[in-house]
Amino acid sequence: MVDLSVAGIATGETRKPNLKSLWSGLAPWALPLVLLVVWEIAARTGLVTARLMPAPTTIAAAFWRSLLDGSLLFHTLASTRRAFIGLAIGGGLGFVAGVLTGLWKPAETLFDSTVQMVRNIPHLALIPLVILWFGIDETAKIFLVSIGVFFPIYINTFYGVRTIDPQIVEMASVYGLDRKALIRRIILPGALPSILVGLRYALGFMWLTLIVAETISSTNGIGYMTMNAREFLQTDVVLLGIIVYALLGKLADVVTRAIEKRVLVWHPAYRIKQGGEP
Amino acid sequence: MSAVAAEVAGNDGGLSISLSRVVKSFGKLNVLGSFNLEIPAGQFLAVVGRSGGGKSTLLRLIAGLETATGGRVSIGGRDVDRTLPSVRLLFQEARLVPWQRVIENVGIARGPNWQETARRTLADVGLEGREDDWPSVLSGGQRQRVALARALVSAPQILLLDEPFGALDALTRIEMHRLLERIWTGRGFTTVLITHDVAEAVALADRVVVLREGAIALDIDVDLERPRRELADPRAVDLQRRILEAV
Repeated sequence: MVDLSVAGIATGETRKPNLKSLWSGLAPWALPLVLLVVWEIAARTGLVTARLMPAPTTIAAAFWRSLLDGSLLFHTLASTRRAFIGLAIGGGLGFVAGVLTGLWKPAETLFDSTVQMVRNIPHLALIPLVILWFGIDETAKIFLVSIGVFFPIYINTFYGVRTIDPQIVEMASVYGLDRKALIRRIILPGALPSILVGLRYALGFMWLTLIVAETISSTNGIGYMTMNAREFLQTDVVLLGIIVYALLGKLADVVTRAIEKRVLVWHPAYRIKQGGEP
Repeated sequence: MSAVAAEVAGNDGGLSISLSRVVKSFGKLNVLGSFNLEIPAGQFLAVVGRSGGGKSTLLRLIAGLETATGGRVSIGGRDVDRTLPSVRLLFQEARLVPWQRVIENVGIARGPNWQETARRTLADVGLEGREDDWPSVLSGGQRQRVALARALVSAPQILLLDEPFGALDALTRIEMHRLLERIWTGRGFTTVLITHDVAEAVALADRVVVLREGAIALDIDVDLERPRRELADPRAVDLQRRILEAV
């Protein structure tokens, strides 16, 4: 409501701020648009080889084609399914481990230094090993995604639990909260901002891992789609796959931001700015 | 905890506090050395002293947040070995939980019918209608009011105040003094107020104790009728002078 009234005052006074806000809304899109146009022209005039770098309109056509024959949806769903199973397993374990080590000193002593050591191994370096262990089926890919998302969730959950204001914890114990209530009402909500940061990192790792895992061995998924297209020199489909990955990543980020905005309403930093000074 | 919530509005009276030959040291640092203090039930005691004089330690011992190195701390004749539901502590900072609304902060221990009780207590401290606000939008004085309501909601028999008004501006502080005096008069709990503001001590307390280097340097009664609105009362001024000399 405040937003509306502020905007109302602004339009009543002068038209200038309106144009300004229109400009600031469009400005970020200017550069990509110009690039697209230049790209299109370059591809059409043969300045770049269309076979290596097809024009945007060709990619759009490939998008339309794969949308109509259902293959795009099929591969996207296959990838998304893997991504979320991996996220559920790795993220769930990371969350539980983070809470446990954050709350309980012996668990930290036992667990944390090992985790910090293993964390520094690039998990994609495990691919040869994972193929030996699980073969090239579904388990291998889900395993890799799980490992990829485990660490960011674990580290940020641990950090969030650890950095809760000890004064509030002391207050809670003076006011008679038992351990269960303390964890449920004080520690977990207090660690939530940090956990959500971990989730956003994890989502990035999730798609990254999946791209690599699917290009190695798959019969479906966006990674398979692009590798298959490469075999037949369908550069437009390869680029389409890359764009789909980018969009999926962006979508995941938008969703987490929305979640943040919703569950962190209490946090001054996340409160929607109410009008403010122009 | 649950039994307490039943008689919130009533005058539950207070419990006596007794410290005998209490020693408290942190490592080699001796904060309190063979300390004796008797606080009768229902008394409003102010403890004045310089910072580092052991005031907060004294309060934390009574609250059960620290264990004495030696001697006995007892409440209503029973030794203190943990934090008790009948004892409530107001900290220097309000210590509200930022991700809980005002009413949830007040009813922090939940318990039966907590919303109704919390609502009534909030009205009691003058915060009617602010139940669903987030703590971050409140002013310093309002936060301490919420903290006070949180302490009062379980009808404590002892209220411990660790300089809770120290960070407030002068006008808000006077408002809080009047509020606290009114509630204390109505409920009759035993109160221990830690402060370095001598005027605050004389304005509120029945008795003022000056703590210096872990021992009592002065122990006087403030025999002025309530409510004490006359700031320039010559008797109060004289008491303040005597306390200041002892600090």
